[in-house]
Amino acid sequence: MKLYNGGKIITGLVIFLGVFLAPFAYNMGKAAYSQPKLKMPENEKECIESKEFMRTKHMQLLNDWRDWSLRDGKWVYVNSKGKEFEMSLQKTCMKCHTNKAEFCDKCHNDAAVTPYCWDCHIQPEGLKK
Amino acid sequence: MAKIIKPDEMLKSINYAPPATDWMDLPNDLSPGRWAYPAKLEKVEYLMHEVPGVFGNPRTWNPADPDWQLPSNWKEIVVNGFRERLDKYRSLKLFMDICVRCGACADKCHYFIGSGDPKNMPVLRAELMRSIYRGEFTLAGKILGKLTGARVMEEDVLKEWFLYFYQCTECRRCSLFCPYGIDTAEVTMMARELLHLVGVNINWILEPVANCTRTGNHLGIQPHAFKDIVEFMVDDIETITGKRLNVPLNEKGHEVLFITPSGDVFADPGIYTFMGYLIMFDAIGLDYTLSTYASEGGNFGLFTHSDMMKAINGKMYSEANRLGAKWILGGECGHMWRVVNQYMDTMNGNLQGPQMQTPVNPITGTVFKNAAQTKMVHIAEFTADLIKHGKLNLDKSRNSDIIATWHDSCNTARAMGMFDEPRYVLNSVVDNFHEMPESTIREQTFCCAGGSGLNTDEIMEIRMRGGLPRGNALKHVVDKHGVNTMACVCAIDRATLIPLADYWAPGVKITGLHELVGNAIILDGEEERTMNLRQEPLPGMEEE
Amino acid sequence: MKAIFSLLMVLALVVIATVGAGAAKMQTIFAYCIPGTAFVIFLVGFVCKIISWAKSPVPFRIPTTGGQQQSLDWIPQNKWDNPSTGPQTFMRMVLEVLTFRSLFRNTKVVLKHDDGKNPIVAYVSAKWLWLFAILFHYGFLIVAVRHLRLFLQPVPAPLAFLDWSDSVLQILTPAIYISDLLLLTGLTMLLARRFIDAKVRYISLVNDYFPLFLILAIALSGVYMRYIVKVDVMSIKDVAMGLATFNFKVPAGVDVSFFVHIFLVSTLLVYFPFSKLMHMGGVFLSPTRNMPNDTRMVHYENVWNNPAIKPHSYEAYEDDFREPMFEAGLPLDKSPEDAA
Repeated sequence: MKLYNGGKIITGLVIFLGVFLAPFAYNMGKAAYSQPKLKMPENEKECIESKEFMRTKHMQLLNDWRDWSLRDGKWVYVNSKGKEFEMSLQKTCMKCHTNKAEFCDKCHNDAAVTPYCWDCHIQPEGLKK
Repeated sequence: MAKIIKPDEMLKSINYAPPATDWMDLPNDLSPGRWAYPAKLEKVEYLMHEVPGVFGNPRTWNPADPDWQLPSNWKEIVVNGFRERLDKYRSLKLFMDICVRCGACADKCHYFIGSGDPKNMPVLRAELMRSIYRGEFTLAGKILGKLTGARVMEEDVLKEWFLYFYQCTECRRCSLFCPYGIDTAEVTMMARELLHLVGVNINWILEPVANCTRTGNHLGIQPHAFKDIVEFMVDDIETITGKRLNVPLNEKGHEVLFITPSGDVFADPGIYTFMGYLIMFDAIGLDYTLSTYASEGGNFGLFTHSDMMKAINGKMYSEANRLGAKWILGGECGHMWRVVNQYMDTMNGNLQGPQMQTPVNPITGTVFKNAAQTKMVHIAEFTADLIKHGKLNLDKSRNSDIIATWHDSCNTARAMGMFDEPRYVLNSVVDNFHEMPESTIREQTFCCAGGSGLNTDEIMEIRMRGGLPRGNALKHVVDKHGVNTMACVCAIDRATLIPLADYWAPGVKITGLHELVGNAIILDGEEERTMNLRQEPLPGMEEE
Repeated sequence: MKAIFSLLMVLALVVIATVGAGAAKMQTIFAYCIPGTAFVIFLVGFVCKIISWAKSPVPFRIPTTGGQQQSLDWIPQNKWDNPSTGPQTFMRMVLEVLTFRSLFRNTKVVLKHDDGKNPIVAYVSAKWLWLFAILFHYGFLIVAVRHLRLFLQPVPAPLAFLDWSDSVLQILTPAIYISDLLLLTGLTMLLARRFIDAKVRYISLVNDYFPLFLILAIALSGVYMRYIVKVDVMSIKDVAMGLATFNFKVPAGVDVSFFVHIFLVSTLLVYFPFSKLMHMGGVFLSPTRNMPNDTRMVHYENVWNNPAIKPHSYEAYEDDFREPMFEAGLPLDKSPEDAA
């Protein structure tokens, strides 16, 4: 098989394959991935909403809380079971989830998410590591 | 000029909205005026003998007849020929595969702009062939058929190819705008090669090719007649300047071999350009010769097949060697320079004799480094260099009645990039020069609609339609600046722009660049001129 | 008709994935087998296609020259549109590939022939196609690169930065990605153009509509996952990392929309090498763009050049015309007596 301009074309193909196979090389030799283990609160078994809800929609909840409390002056949240909570990141959420590095950052780092909570809020203990 | 509809009617007939019928279902319109006459039997036979494997199926036939007398295995010949070319030309294979039909090219073709015929959109012209590529060579096309734009080779497809690949002048304007550089000229060349294999051809191309092979030029001028014509022009120059020039023909031992398209020696206004060359050569005392054997700069072989192009082009180096010329000076021509710039050395570089050297202007000492390999210089480059060094004694006032514009020919524009050299020369010999609108000049220039062997009168309506963009741009500067002359460096232009200007912008004269140079040059020992090269009175010399 | 057919095909793919991964519970197949196979087909198919082009030589140097050539020293050359050296050609290609320079030239023809007025053929600037193409391609590129956060662990800092800057608008929760907007705008406009511009509609095939609808469906399913159902990203990262480390775990807690998304992407990967989408590789190989305009300066070799093709010789020419040439007094290599 004769290729014309083979040198340049093969070089191009190597770059192409390199780009597309780089993720495999990057992960090579590392332990199999599993989702981060989060440090769960010791004295509380149930969060504000169900685990599934919190996993996928916590950011929406936090966003809503901010809007309702700061913009509408409504400070009490009633969850799906009728239980009441004060809508406050620091007073409610972080009462149990005291350690940002051991809780929030675990997933956020893996998913490369940079929430802007901490643009305004004071970061808790965990940040200082 | 054949009877065709009036410009106004033609304009009214143009509709860019495509028809409701899918293009694959549109019938072929093979009425007279839609195609150029097929090649004469004896021309095909002669060429089959001269360059085997390029042409086939010699016969007398008529495209208007339902039966084109194709060989029984024509389909096999075309499909096999197609496959062979996919393997020989990466361009073809790539252009068949990667078009995304974005439509950027659609309204770039002069034939589309003048006709609104959807098959004149470059994308669709290529699709005529691409559909066969899918249908014959790809699995998806074979299975899914028409939905994916695939179809198989049939006689109607061949007829369609004949109609539309002879409505492409290989001007490459579409290629400039294509995001992948897909070049319809390349597709048209391949399609024409395939058509030639089964004897589908036009006389306006094959007769010049046959002539050029035998007599050395497209027009079939035999050597003794060529000499007569040159003598005749020397006589005219004497009448105009009072000076008799010596024009060497077929002489050995000169430094430069000068080759120009034979259109320049045959009919006006080309002959005035030719006289301009001769006057300039005399003015600078160039050591040159003409050749009757290589008396053609153009190469209609380019419009048939790469082998044919090579065979015709080979004469240039062969003759330079026989005559002992060190380099070749080329005249004003368009497609000639596509061949010289992009094909010549690749095809025939091995024919160059050891006496050939990098061209040096003997008057100015300028080394033409850009022609170091081909040893061939365009006369506009040569003259620009002479003028820049002040080696020509010019009297611009002789052209003071001229308000000029400049037509870039497609090939020197998009297959070479020669824009500023001729403009510099033009500005040095005329006072009044106005450019046509930006989208119609330089690399975006429009074809005269007679390139690639389509400058024949039986398709005059197609030519005038294709001439609309150029004609309208010309009309624009006529109205705005009073332009009365369009200059160009292309022999086909000099023939085709005349009817085009008469039709779309009446009253504009077409000239070659060196006609204007010849008018302006003051020769040593000449008499006071009263007339220009056309033997019309010079400005201020008109008799009351 | 062609558009509807393409749309139906894409909808069928959505249904297949919904039923297959949702109702029929073939989640492992949809999560690993299909995407893995599709990725291999994409890579192998892409390479094979390029190789098939590489097997055909480029017999002639045929750049389309878009500016002043290199000639006399005092005439400025347009180096990017009419390159004569390798580096200049490289620049032309860089501009072509990264900025779609040829498309940027685009004009639209307008013909006016009102009664009593001179007809005008005008060429108006038409950069819309360029704009849509740029929006779409760069949008798609950023979206694709962003997805690497799911395939790499730990996520490299530049990717995290890309994600942060892409969502810097901080609109909606999760924050909207600018690249999503670019991609969707570009796609919609390109699709709309195919419907609205009669000429483009006339030349469009299933081959043109299908990939547009397919990519649109991919983008919309992605949007649906992120902004509407808000899928559990971490369990998706589990699956993605499984693919990237060949460590396959049964997917858990993944919404069916993910399977639709990944199935559509797999279809795109498989379709890619066999379609016009190969313009991605082809643009680098186009002989009218990737070659310098230098064949008058240096020799270029055609591998199949046939030296046996010779011009009709001067000897044959003189034999043909010796008598009249002699009578006209033209120089001859052989006089009539010698030839006799």
